[in-house]
Amino acid sequence: MTQGDTLTPLLRVQNLGCAYGTRSVVRDISFDLWPGEVLAVVGESGSGKSTLLNAVAARHVPSTGQVTFALKGGDHQSIYAMTEAQRRTLARTDWGFVHQNAADGLRMNVSAGANVAERLMALGQRHYGNLRAQATDWLERVEISPSRIDDRPDTFSGGMRQRLQIARNLITQPRLVFMDEPTSGLDVSVQARLLDMLRMLTRQMGLAAIIVTHDLAVARLLAQRMLVMQGGEAVESGLTDQVLDDPQHPYTQLLVSSVLQP
Amino acid sequence: MTTPAPSTPLLHLQSVSKEFVLHLQSSTTLPVLKEFSLQLSAGECVRLSGPSGMGKSTVLKLVFGNYRASGGHIFVRSTDGEMVDITQADARTVLHLRSHAMAYVSQFLRVIPRVAAIDIVAEPLLEGADSPFSPSQARELAAHWLERLRIAPSLWQLPPATFSGGEQQRINIARSFIKPRPLLLLDEPTASLDPENTQTVIELIAEARAQGVGILGIFHDNAVAQSVASRTVAMQPISPTP
Repeated sequence: MTQGDTLTPLLRVQNLGCAYGTRSVVRDISFDLWPGEVLAVVGESGSGKSTLLNAVAARHVPSTGQVTFALKGGDHQSIYAMTEAQRRTLARTDWGFVHQNAADGLRMNVSAGANVAERLMALGQRHYGNLRAQATDWLERVEISPSRIDDRPDTFSGGMRQRLQIARNLITQPRLVFMDEPTSGLDVSVQARLLDMLRMLTRQMGLAAIIVTHDLAVARLLAQRMLVMQGGEAVESGLTDQVLDDPQHPYTQLLVSSVLQP
Repeated sequence: MTTPAPSTPLLHLQSVSKEFVLHLQSSTTLPVLKEFSLQLSAGECVRLSGPSGMGKSTVLKLVFGNYRASGGHIFVRSTDGEMVDITQADARTVLHLRSHAMAYVSQFLRVIPRVAAIDIVAEPLLEGADSPFSPSQARELAAHWLERLRIAPSLWQLPPATFSGGEQQRINIARSFIKPRPLLLLDEPTASLDPENTQTVIELIAEARAQGVGILGIFHDNAVAQSVASRTVAMQPISPTP
């Protein structure tokens, strides 16, 4: 397919396995993620989705397998073979990580503006006026009133905190964002707003993302591709609409038929 | 869209079968399509006919890659002229074909919370980083299509979740026609439309055909079918396997 710089995958996961002690939690997962592509990882609690996400995001080292990422120059490099310093730089520039609980991804005791601008400061930007202008711009993009820029996130509602966390991650224009249940725990109208925003931002910025969710509707809305996990294994994968409309594996059929249709 | 010359083959189904295995019901196998073959060329409009349950919609979904075939091959002509087998293609290839080579109008609009009707219609034009349209250009074109399909301007900025069935169907049609693609799959596009709008859809189909678009469609209304279809393929019931 001829599409500019999309000739190699952005991220390549090969035979990934994770074990806690002798208990294996994730077994033999392989997939490629291409620039601009959103992949949903679905499955019930305990299926290994979050463990997989954390391993792929280099937040912990898997017991087997390999993950390589296409650096800006185009070279694929193993994320586990990088130095700690390289990984940190990657994590705060080209990658983002959105936690299920916003408090895990925010600094609750500094202002919203400082939260959003932190990654820019880590990259060496020091001009206060510029930092504030960019923070203001991003607050607006995630529909938080710039008048709240000096307020601390512990004065924000759950939905606002989640949007703040997203702004904080996207300000450096990352190419890949990991999201762990980004919308769970929010009430439906707040969830709809967040989903709409995520959908728009991933499209406008050509962002690739891996989204762990147990909500099939969220997966359908955001992701082109889907990976279904059960007991640490990928039991089915494919186009999102294909997996949801024509599920092949018994577990996927159970999952799809268990959803309430409002 | 680069218009394919008339009679260029666009779609070829070779002995396509589809059965659903219902694992939750003691792995019952439900055959819906058996060794179905069909060829379709540029400028043709082929009607799939037959009573409900013959697998007409299934054929469209198989071609679009929404269902996975149990047997056979489905070749769709890509924009660079290659016949790509949907049943073997990877996810990226299918997505690329959907965005450039084929469009599918389902009977129901999948609404997206909070997104205005005009943006839902404009969306296909803005897909991909290489889209030649700016958001305002895309909205302008979307407005043109909404007007043509008689959606009241007062509705354009509203999310279509609360629209009537006919309005939702017209949004769906506008959304597919806004970005011409060589192959068009239509699943009862006029099912909930009034005569005036049905007439508009008939005109749209005729225009698309004149531009070389190949159409595979399901039309329950015989009058509609007679005015749009160049050929009819009758779907046969599957004889129960011994």
